Amino acid sequence: MNADCEISVTGLRKSFGPLTVLNGIDLRLKAGERVAIIGPSGTGKSTLLRCMNYLDRPEAGVIRIGDLTVDAATVTRQQILALRRRTSFVFQHYALFANKTARENITEGLIGVRGIPLAEANRRADRILADIGLSDKAGSYPAALSGGQQQRVGIGRAMAMESDLMLFDEPTSALDPEWVGEVLDLIRRVADGRQTMLIVTHEMQFAREIADRIVFMEGGRIVEQGPPAQIFDNPRDERTRAFLRRVG
Amino acid sequence: MQGIDWAYMAELAPIILRYVPLTLTMASIAMVCALVLSVLLAIIRIQRVPVVDWAVGLFISFFRGTPLLVQLFLFYYGLPRIFASLTQIDGITAAIIGLTLHFSAYMAESIRGAILGVDRSQWEAAESLGMTRARMLRRIILPQAARIAAPTLLNYFIDMIKSTSLAFTLGVTEMMGAAQKEAAGSFLYLEAFLVVALMYWIIVEALSFVQRILERRMQRAFQR
Ligand SMILES: Nc1ncnc2c1ncn2[C@@H]1O[C@H](COP(=O)(O)OP(=O)(O)OP(=O)(O)O)[C@@H](O)[C@H]1O
Ligand SMILES: [Mg+2]
Repeated sequence: MNADCEISVTGLRKSFGPLTVLNGIDLRLKAGERVAIIGPSGTGKSTLLRCMNYLDRPEAGVIRIGDLTVDAATVTRQQILALRRRTSFVFQHYALFANKTARENITEGLIGVRGIPLAEANRRADRILADIGLSDKAGSYPAALSGGQQQRVGIGRAMAMESDLMLFDEPTSALDPEWVGEVLDLIRRVADGRQTMLIVTHEMQFAREIADRIVFMEGGRIVEQGPPAQIFDNPRDERTRAFLRRVG
Repeated sequence: MQGIDWAYMAELAPIILRYVPLTLTMASIAMVCALVLSVLLAIIRIQRVPVVDWAVGLFISFFRGTPLLVQLFLFYYGLPRIFASLTQIDGITAAIIGLTLHFSAYMAESIRGAILGVDRSQWEAAESLGMTRARMLRRIILPQAARIAAPTLLNYFIDMIKSTSLAFTLGVTEMMGAAQKEAAGSFLYLEAFLVVALMYWIIVEALSFVQRILERRMQRAFQR
């Protein structure tokens, strides 16, 4: 993690066929900043996160992370790899490697992407497993873990990469209610470590609590952004107000 | 109706049995080669490598569209013409090449299906870490695809074992050839071929047994 790694997105556009999903997104994150994205369903929140990791390929726009610049117009395969190696992704449905144990899920990226030797990767994985409270599940396959445990491994896998930016796409919305708390607790601890993060969430209270800034999106654009108190208590835009009334 | 000469069959069995290793060797070599080739073909199809993909499509279409026996004859008689240095290619080699190419065409389609059967989230998780395509396939996708494809691939192996009997038509003395030679002296053709049939049957049943165990193991894999 690079302590003064500024992140910016400029003019990001993405469409699926005739459907324009991201209609010119501009966003900046300071190092250590924790930003939560809220907004109605189908508004492009997931697509924005996926584009920042190039899981979806934007048609236009520039993503900068520190000294790395990735322009959709001229992007190369090497740049995509470099971008992905500086960001990590926590998926809504965990997406753990089904053929790898909890520990191997964490070491896979360390060994295969960061080139860390097996013994050292295992040491780091064990430290992370202890940190996420799953030391006793190190040798379990994802199928044998609860949803909450799987998501904690998913977060552990992302943490291990020590990336400049962690992206969370609704990390608790696929979970049974009983597991939501433990996952939120873990994310809160990651946030407390001043990890730069961008989190899409429907947990408004949680967003208010951990985020330095709230971004409200609708219709493929950023409508309004600001400190949690401002967005939640004094939203300026009528669309933000309408959304907040609906959810809560 | 004349009775079956069981004593002759019992006499013949150990003689034919000596050719079982040849059958299994031909099938095993062809299977290993076909596995390697079909994984490559499947990956080319999935990656849609331009031009090469088209060539692979043609290859698969041809080897699925023509009889194995015809393909074996094409290799046996055709290869020495194309490669002048091969004045003669032995039947065993021709059979192995033919079986490899023929079965790899079928297996490539199964493996492609199995790779596509691996959940998209597995690709995305690997991509999100910044893994290269090759590593992603090797470490995450192919191991999971193997589990999906294994029962089908074992079926192809069984089919391949039986298909080695066609090597007989290329002058190879394998189980069929040996039986034919023995029967030519005794005129007890029915008995001779019955021994061959029984032996294939036993081999295939033994493999089916292994297959069932393996399937159960595969179902349990990655569950604990
Ligand atoms: N791969 C795809 N192909 C076609 N359309 C897609 C694809 N992915 C997303 N979309 C469409 O893009 C739009 C935005 O989707 P996205 O998932 O980014 O919304 P979201 O804001 O994350 O919504 P939610 O809160 O429901 O998760 C939706 O209309 C969706 O149907
Ligand atoms: Mg979403």
